[in-house]
Amino acid sequence: MILSLLILNKAGGLVYHRDFSNTFTKLSSNDYLVLAGTFHGVHAITARLSPFGPSSGGTPSSGLEVMESEHFRMQCFQTLTGTKFLLFTEPQQPNVDVILRRIYELYADYVMKNPFYQIEMPIRCEAFDRHLMAYIKPKQ
Amino acid sequence: MERSNTDSFRHSQYLPFSPTTSSHPSTPLAQKHASLPIPTPTTASSLSGSASTLRYSQSRKTIYDRHLNRSKGAELSKASFAFLFGEMVQYAQKRVSGIQDLEKKLNAHGYSVGQRLLELLVWREGRSGKRETRVLGILQFITNTLWRAIYNKPADALEKSRDHEDEYMISDNDPMVNTYISVPKEMNQLNCAAFQAGIIEAVLDSCMFPARVTAHSVPNETWPGKTVFLIKFEQVVLDREAEFIS
Repeated sequence: MILSLLILNKAGGLVYHRDFSNTFTKLSSNDYLVLAGTFHGVHAITARLSPFGPSSGGTPSSGLEVMESEHFRMQCFQTLTGTKFLLFTEPQQPNVDVILRRIYELYADYVMKNPFYQIEMPIRCEAFDRHLMAYIKPKQ
Repeated sequence: MERSNTDSFRHSQYLPFSPTTSSHPSTPLAQKHASLPIPTPTTASSLSGSASTLRYSQSRKTIYDRHLNRSKGAELSKASFAFLFGEMVQYAQKRVSGIQDLEKKLNAHGYSVGQRLLELLVWREGRSGKRETRVLGILQFITNTLWRAIYNKPADALEKSRDHEDEYMISDNDPMVNTYISVPKEMNQLNCAAFQAGIIEAVLDSCMFPARVTAHSVPNETWPGKTVFLIKFEQVVLDREAEFIS
Protein backbone atom coordinates (compact mmCIF):
# COMPACT_ATOMS: atom_id res chain seq x y z
CA MET A 1 0.00 0.00 0.00
CA ILE A 2 1.44 3.35 -1.03
CA LEU A 3 0.39 6.16 1.25
CA SER A 4 1.80 9.43 0.06
CA LEU A 5 4.26 11.13 -2.28
CA LEU A 6 6.13 14.37 -1.63
CA ILE A 7 8.47 16.11 -4.04
CA LEU A 8 10.96 18.65 -2.67
CA ASN A 9 12.87 21.11 -4.80
CA LYS A 10 16.56 21.63 -4.21
CA ALA A 11 15.94 24.43 -1.73
CA GLY A 12 13.77 22.16 0.43
CA GLY A 13 10.45 23.64 -0.65
CA LEU A 14 7.50 21.36 -1.16
CA VAL A 15 6.55 21.42 -4.85
CA TYR A 16 4.23 18.43 -5.00
CA HIS A 17 2.16 16.47 -2.56
CA ARG A 18 -0.34 13.69 -3.12
CA ASP A 19 -2.03 11.21 -0.81
CA PHE A 20 -3.03 7.85 -2.23
CA SER A 21 -5.01 6.62 0.76
CA ASN A 22 -7.90 8.14 2.69
CA THR A 23 -7.50 6.07 5.82
CA PHE A 24 -5.27 8.55 7.66
CA THR A 25 -5.93 12.00 8.98
CA LYS A 26 -4.34 14.66 6.84
CA LEU A 27 -2.05 17.43 7.95
CA SER A 28 -2.74 21.02 7.10
CA SER A 29 -0.98 22.31 4.00
CA ASN A 30 1.25 24.44 6.20
CA ASP A 31 2.32 21.36 8.17
CA TYR A 32 3.31 19.64 4.95
CA LEU A 33 5.55 22.59 4.11
CA VAL A 34 7.12 22.36 7.58
CA LEU A 35 7.55 18.60 7.20
CA ALA A 36 9.32 19.11 3.87
CA GLY A 37 11.58 21.82 5.26
CA THR A 38 12.43 19.73 8.32
CA PHE A 39 13.25 16.69 6.23
CA HIS A 40 15.46 18.80 4.00
CA GLY A 41 17.45 19.92 7.03
CA VAL A 42 17.65 16.45 8.57
CA HIS A 43 18.78 15.06 5.24
CA ALA A 44 21.60 17.59 5.05
CA ILE A 45 22.68 16.73 8.61
CA THR A 46 22.63 12.97 8.01
CA ALA A 47 24.82 13.43 4.95
CA ARG A 48 27.43 15.09 7.20
CA LEU A 49 27.05 12.61 10.07
CA SER A 50 28.11 9.60 8.05
CA PRO A 51 31.35 8.10 9.44
CA PHE A 52 32.45 7.10 5.93
CA GLY A 53 32.71 10.59 4.50
CA PRO A 54 35.40 12.03 2.23
CA SER A 55 37.59 12.70 5.29
CA SER A 56 38.03 8.96 5.82
CA GLY A 57 38.74 8.37 2.15
CA GLY A 58 35.27 7.29 1.14
CA THR A 59 32.68 8.80 -1.16
CA PRO A 60 30.41 11.46 0.30
CA SER A 61 27.25 10.06 1.84
CA SER A 62 24.03 10.66 -0.02
CA GLY A 63 22.22 11.22 3.26
CA LEU A 64 19.12 9.64 4.76
CA GLU A 65 17.57 7.11 2.41
CA VAL A 66 15.12 4.97 4.35
CA MET A 67 13.29 5.43 7.61
CA GLU A 68 11.18 2.58 8.94
CA SER A 69 8.67 2.48 11.75
CA GLU A 70 5.98 0.04 12.78
CA HIS A 71 3.37 1.84 10.75
CA PHE A 72 5.16 3.16 7.74
CA ARG A 73 8.31 3.21 5.73
CA MET A 74 9.66 6.38 4.22
CA GLN A 75 12.06 6.18 1.32
CA CYS A 76 13.91 9.16 -0.13
CA PHE A 77 15.27 9.31 -3.64
CA GLN A 78 17.51 12.22 -4.47
CA THR A 79 18.16 13.11 -8.10
CA LEU A 80 21.48 14.41 -9.39
CA THR A 81 20.08 17.92 -9.40
CA GLY A 82 19.02 17.78 -5.76
CA THR A 83 15.30 17.23 -6.18
CA LYS A 84 14.02 14.79 -3.56
CA PHE A 85 11.20 12.30 -3.92
CA LEU A 86 9.75 11.08 -0.63
CA LEU A 87 7.51 8.06 -0.74
CA PHE A 88 5.56 6.92 2.30
CA THR A 89 4.42 3.32 2.14
CA GLU A 90 3.36 0.53 4.45
CA PRO A 91 6.40 -1.29 5.93
CA GLN A 92 5.77 -4.48 3.90
CA GLN A 93 5.53 -2.70 0.52
CA PRO A 94 7.99 -4.38 -1.89
CA ASN A 95 10.16 -2.70 -4.58
CA VAL A 96 9.86 0.84 -3.30
CA ASP A 97 13.03 1.89 -5.13
CA VAL A 98 11.58 0.63 -8.42
CA ILE A 99 8.40 2.64 -7.81
CA LEU A 100 10.44 5.75 -7.00
CA ARG A 101 12.48 5.41 -10.18
CA ARG A 102 9.32 5.10 -12.22
CA ILE A 103 7.89 8.20 -10.53
CA TYR A 104 11.11 10.04 -11.35
CA GLU A 105 10.69 8.96 -14.95
CA LEU A 106 7.13 10.31 -15.01
CA TYR A 107 8.40 13.54 -13.46
CA ALA A 108 11.11 13.84 -16.11
CA ASP A 109 8.52 13.29 -18.86
CA TYR A 110 5.40 15.10 -17.79
CA VAL A 111 6.83 17.87 -15.63
CA MET A 112 10.21 18.73 -17.08
CA LYS A 113 9.08 18.51 -20.71
CA ASN A 114 6.04 20.67 -20.08
CA PRO A 115 6.67 24.19 -21.44
CA PHE A 116 4.27 25.68 -18.90
CA TYR A 117 6.12 24.36 -15.87
CA GLN A 118 8.46 26.80 -14.19
CA ILE A 119 11.40 25.08 -12.65
CA GLU A 120 11.52 24.84 -8.82
CA MET A 121 7.90 25.97 -8.62
CA PRO A 122 4.92 23.93 -7.40
CA ILE A 123 3.92 21.24 -9.90
CA ARG A 124 0.53 21.71 -11.47
CA CYS A 125 0.63 19.40 -14.43
CA GLU A 126 -2.55 17.56 -15.15
CA ALA A 127 -0.77 14.98 -17.35
CA PHE A 128 1.64 14.16 -14.50
CA ASP A 129 -1.26 13.66 -12.05
CA ARG A 130 -3.03 11.44 -14.54
CA HIS A 131 -0.07 9.21 -15.31
CA LEU A 132 0.98 9.03 -11.67
CA MET A 133 -2.47 7.85 -10.61
CA ALA A 134 -2.60 5.37 -13.48
CA TYR A 135 0.70 3.93 -12.26
CA ILE A 136 -0.06 3.86 -8.52
CA LYS A 137 -3.73 2.74 -8.61
CA PRO A 138 -3.13 -0.87 -9.72
CA LYS A 139 -0.55 -1.27 -6.94
CA GLN A 140 -2.94 -0.44 -4.13
CA MET B 1 49.13 14.76 -41.65
CA GLU B 2 46.68 14.33 -38.85
CA ARG B 3 47.17 17.90 -37.81
CA SER B 4 46.78 19.46 -41.24
CA ASN B 5 43.60 17.46 -41.65
CA THR B 6 42.02 18.97 -38.62
CA ASP B 7 43.28 22.41 -39.59
CA SER B 8 41.81 22.28 -43.04
CA PHE B 9 38.65 20.92 -41.48
CA ARG B 10 38.42 23.87 -39.18
CA HIS B 11 39.25 26.18 -41.99
CA SER B 12 36.46 24.73 -44.09
CA GLN B 13 33.89 25.90 -41.58
CA TYR B 14 33.97 29.30 -43.22
CA LEU B 15 33.55 27.93 -46.70
CA PRO B 16 30.80 25.40 -46.29
CA PHE B 17 29.77 25.46 -49.93
CA SER B 18 33.22 25.66 -51.53
CA PRO B 19 34.02 22.86 -54.01
CA THR B 20 36.29 21.17 -51.51
CA THR B 21 33.60 20.60 -48.91
CA SER B 22 32.25 17.54 -50.65
CA SER B 23 35.65 15.89 -51.08
CA HIS B 24 37.27 13.85 -48.38
CA PRO B 25 40.27 15.47 -46.66
CA SER B 26 42.57 12.60 -47.63
CA THR B 27 41.89 12.88 -51.39
CA PRO B 28 44.67 14.37 -53.52
CA LEU B 29 42.49 17.38 -54.31
CA ALA B 30 42.17 18.27 -50.68
CA GLN B 31 45.91 17.84 -50.19
CA LYS B 32 46.54 20.25 -53.00
CA HIS B 33 44.28 22.73 -51.34
CA ALA B 34 46.00 22.11 -48.05
CA SER B 35 49.16 23.58 -49.54
CA LEU B 36 47.38 26.89 -49.96
CA PRO B 37 47.95 29.35 -47.16
CA ILE B 38 46.13 27.96 -44.15
CA PRO B 39 45.86 29.86 -40.93
CA THR B 40 48.32 28.69 -38.31
CA PRO B 41 46.85 26.53 -35.58
CA THR B 42 46.57 29.45 -33.16
CA THR B 43 44.63 31.70 -35.51
CA ALA B 44 42.51 28.79 -36.62
CA SER B 45 41.46 27.98 -33.12
CA SER B 46 40.84 31.59 -32.21
CA LEU B 47 38.72 31.96 -35.31
CA SER B 48 36.76 28.81 -34.68
CA GLY B 49 35.97 30.12 -31.22
CA SER B 50 34.12 33.07 -32.68
CA ALA B 51 32.64 31.19 -35.62
CA SER B 52 29.12 29.87 -35.85
CA THR B 53 28.54 26.55 -34.17
CA LEU B 54 27.45 24.86 -37.40
CA ARG B 55 29.09 21.47 -37.50
CA TYR B 56 29.91 19.11 -40.27
CA SER B 57 30.59 15.42 -39.94
CA GLN B 58 34.10 14.13 -40.56
CA SER B 59 33.13 12.95 -44.05
CA ARG B 60 31.96 16.52 -44.78
CA LYS B 61 28.64 15.28 -46.06
CA THR B 62 26.00 17.87 -45.39
CA ILE B 63 22.30 17.11 -45.24
CA TYR B 64 22.09 18.30 -48.87
CA ASP B 65 24.49 15.60 -50.06
CA ARG B 66 22.35 12.79 -48.72
CA HIS B 67 19.69 10.99 -50.64
CA LEU B 68 16.23 12.31 -49.84
CA ASN B 69 14.91 8.84 -49.11
CA ARG B 70 17.60 8.23 -46.53
CA SER B 71 15.45 9.52 -43.70
CA LYS B 72 12.32 7.77 -44.96
CA GLY B 73 10.97 5.65 -42.13
CA ALA B 74 13.72 6.88 -39.82
CA GLU B 75 12.71 7.70 -36.27
CA LEU B 76 13.75 10.61 -34.12
CA SER B 77 14.02 10.90 -30.38
CA LYS B 78 10.69 12.01 -29.00
CA ALA B 79 12.38 13.52 -25.95
CA SER B 80 14.54 15.84 -28.03
CA PHE B 81 11.51 16.88 -30.03
CA ALA B 82 9.59 17.48 -26.79
CA PHE B 83 12.33 19.73 -25.44
CA LEU B 84 12.66 21.63 -28.72
CA PHE B 85 8.91 22.10 -29.04
CA GLY B 86 8.69 23.10 -25.39
CA GLU B 87 11.26 25.81 -26.00
CA MET B 88 9.38 26.96 -29.10
CA VAL B 89 6.21 27.35 -27.03
CA GLN B 90 8.04 29.22 -24.28
CA TYR B 91 9.78 31.47 -26.81
CA ALA B 92 6.51 32.25 -28.53
CA GLN B 93 4.77 32.82 -25.20
CA LYS B 94 7.22 35.55 -24.24
CA ARG B 95 6.43 37.49 -27.39
CA VAL B 96 2.65 37.47 -27.45
CA SER B 97 -0.09 39.11 -25.46
CA GLY B 98 -2.89 36.56 -25.69
CA ILE B 99 -3.70 32.94 -26.29
CA GLN B 100 -4.94 33.63 -29.82
CA ASP B 101 -1.65 35.29 -30.71
CA LEU B 102 0.25 32.34 -29.27
CA GLU B 103 -1.76 29.90 -31.36
CA LYS B 104 -1.16 32.07 -34.41
CA LYS B 105 2.59 31.96 -33.78
CA LEU B 106 2.61 28.20 -33.36
CA ASN B 107 0.49 27.91 -36.47
CA ALA B 108 3.05 29.98 -38.38
CA HIS B 109 5.86 27.70 -37.18
CA GLY B 110 3.92 24.68 -38.39
CA TYR B 111 3.17 26.39 -41.68
CA SER B 112 6.82 26.59 -42.66
CA VAL B 113 7.27 22.93 -41.73
CA GLY B 114 4.26 21.93 -43.83
CA GLN B 115 5.42 23.77 -46.94
CA ARG B 116 8.70 21.86 -46.94
CA LEU B 117 7.21 18.57 -45.91
CA LEU B 118 4.69 18.52 -48.76
CA GLU B 119 7.45 18.82 -51.33
CA LEU B 120 9.38 15.96 -49.75
CA LEU B 121 6.35 13.69 -49.48
CA VAL B 122 5.28 14.23 -53.07
CA TRP B 123 8.85 13.65 -54.22
CA ARG B 124 8.97 10.43 -52.25
CA GLU B 125 5.79 9.15 -53.82
CA GLY B 126 7.88 8.94 -57.00
CA ARG B 127 6.07 7.90 -60.15
CA SER B 128 2.77 7.39 -58.40
CA GLY B 129 2.83 10.96 -57.11
CA LYS B 130 0.16 13.22 -58.46
CA ARG B 131 -1.50 16.57 -57.88
CA GLU B 132 -4.68 16.17 -55.90
CA THR B 133 -7.62 18.03 -57.36
CA ARG B 134 -10.50 16.85 -55.18
CA VAL B 135 -11.14 17.79 -51.57
CA LEU B 136 -11.49 14.19 -50.44
CA GLY B 137 -8.27 13.23 -52.19
CA ILE B 138 -6.16 15.87 -50.49
CA LEU B 139 -7.76 15.19 -47.10
CA GLN B 140 -6.97 11.50 -47.42
CA PHE B 141 -3.42 12.38 -48.39
CA ILE B 142 -3.20 14.38 -45.17
CA THR B 143 -4.78 11.81 -42.86
CA ASN B 144 -2.79 8.93 -44.30
CA THR B 145 0.44 9.85 -46.04
CA LEU B 146 1.24 13.01 -44.09
CA TRP B 147 0.16 11.65 -40.70
CA ARG B 148 2.13 8.45 -41.22
CA ALA B 149 5.22 10.35 -42.30
CA ILE B 150 5.26 12.54 -39.20
CA TYR B 151 3.51 10.53 -36.49
CA ASN B 152 3.86 6.97 -37.82
CA LYS B 153 0.12 6.36 -37.59
CA PRO B 154 -2.92 7.47 -39.57
CA ALA B 155 -5.24 10.13 -38.16
CA ASP B 156 -8.08 8.74 -36.06
CA ALA B 157 -11.00 10.20 -37.95
CA LEU B 158 -11.93 12.38 -40.91
CA GLU B 159 -15.39 13.88 -40.83
CA LYS B 160 -17.43 16.37 -42.79
CA SER B 161 -19.39 18.98 -40.90
CA ARG B 162 -23.16 18.55 -41.11
CA ASP B 163 -23.97 22.20 -40.61
CA HIS B 164 -21.37 23.83 -42.79
CA GLU B 165 -20.60 22.82 -46.32
CA ASP B 166 -17.05 24.20 -46.15
CA GLU B 167 -15.92 22.56 -42.92
CA TYR B 168 -14.11 19.29 -42.40
CA MET B 169 -12.67 17.79 -39.25
CA ILE B 170 -9.65 15.59 -38.68
CA SER B 171 -9.40 14.11 -35.19
CA ASP B 172 -6.32 12.85 -33.42
CA ASN B 173 -6.95 11.09 -30.11
CA ASP B 174 -3.53 11.88 -28.71
CA PRO B 175 -1.59 14.45 -30.75
CA MET B 176 2.11 13.68 -30.63
CA VAL B 177 3.14 17.29 -29.98
CA ASN B 178 0.92 17.44 -26.89
CA THR B 179 2.14 14.22 -25.23
CA TYR B 180 4.06 15.92 -22.45
CA ILE B 181 2.19 19.23 -22.35
CA SER B 182 -0.30 20.12 -19.63
CA VAL B 183 -1.90 23.46 -20.31
CA PRO B 184 -2.55 25.46 -17.13
CA LYS B 185 -6.19 26.00 -16.16
CA GLU B 186 -6.13 29.72 -16.81
CA MET B 187 -5.17 29.10 -20.46
CA ASN B 188 -7.55 26.24 -21.12
CA GLN B 189 -8.58 27.46 -24.58
CA LEU B 190 -5.02 26.97 -25.76
CA ASN B 191 -4.08 23.88 -27.68
CA CYS B 192 -0.43 23.62 -28.70
CA ALA B 193 -1.46 21.35 -31.57
CA ALA B 194 -1.95 24.67 -33.39
CA PHE B 195 1.50 23.78 -34.67
CA GLN B 196 0.05 20.64 -36.24
CA ALA B 197 -2.83 22.71 -37.63
CA GLY B 198 -0.24 24.97 -39.27
CA ILE B 199 1.30 21.98 -41.04
CA ILE B 200 -2.11 20.97 -42.43
CA GLU B 201 -2.87 24.53 -43.47
CA ALA B 202 0.40 24.81 -45.36
CA VAL B 203 -0.19 21.55 -47.21
CA LEU B 204 -3.71 22.61 -48.19
CA ASP B 205 -2.60 26.08 -49.26
CA SER B 206 0.31 24.76 -51.28
CA CYS B 207 -1.98 22.28 -53.05
CA MET B 208 -4.28 25.13 -54.04
CA PHE B 209 -6.95 24.36 -51.49
CA PRO B 210 -6.80 27.62 -49.52
CA ALA B 211 -8.15 27.00 -46.03
CA ARG B 212 -7.97 28.00 -42.39
CA VAL B 213 -7.09 25.23 -39.96
CA THR B 214 -7.49 25.49 -36.20
CA ALA B 215 -6.94 23.01 -33.38
CA HIS B 216 -9.56 22.45 -30.69
CA SER B 217 -9.42 20.27 -27.58
CA VAL B 218 -12.36 17.93 -27.12
CA PRO B 219 -11.31 15.77 -24.16
CA ASN B 220 -13.26 12.69 -23.24
CA GLU B 221 -12.96 9.92 -20.69
CA THR B 222 -10.63 7.65 -22.67
CA TRP B 223 -8.76 10.36 -24.57
CA PRO B 224 -8.06 13.36 -22.35
CA GLY B 225 -5.92 14.92 -25.07
CA LYS B 226 -8.25 14.43 -28.02
CA THR B 227 -7.89 17.21 -30.54
CA VAL B 228 -10.00 18.10 -33.55
CA PHE B 229 -8.47 20.00 -36.44
CA LEU B 230 -11.17 22.14 -37.98
CA ILE B 231 -10.58 22.85 -41.66
CA LYS B 232 -12.52 25.72 -43.19
CA PHE B 233 -12.09 25.91 -46.95
CA GLU B 234 -12.43 29.11 -48.89
CA GLN B 235 -15.26 29.58 -51.33
CA VAL B 236 -13.07 29.00 -54.42
CA VAL B 237 -12.47 25.42 -53.29
CA LEU B 238 -16.20 24.75 -52.98
CA ASP B 239 -16.90 26.34 -56.37
CA ARG B 240 -14.29 24.15 -58.03
CA GLU B 241 -15.61 21.07 -56.26
CA ALA B 242 -19.12 21.86 -57.51
CA GLU B 243 -17.81 22.08 -61.08
CA PHE B 244 -16.22 18.65 -60.74
CA ILE B 245 -19.51 17.14 -59.67
CA SER B 246 -21.54 18.74 -62.48
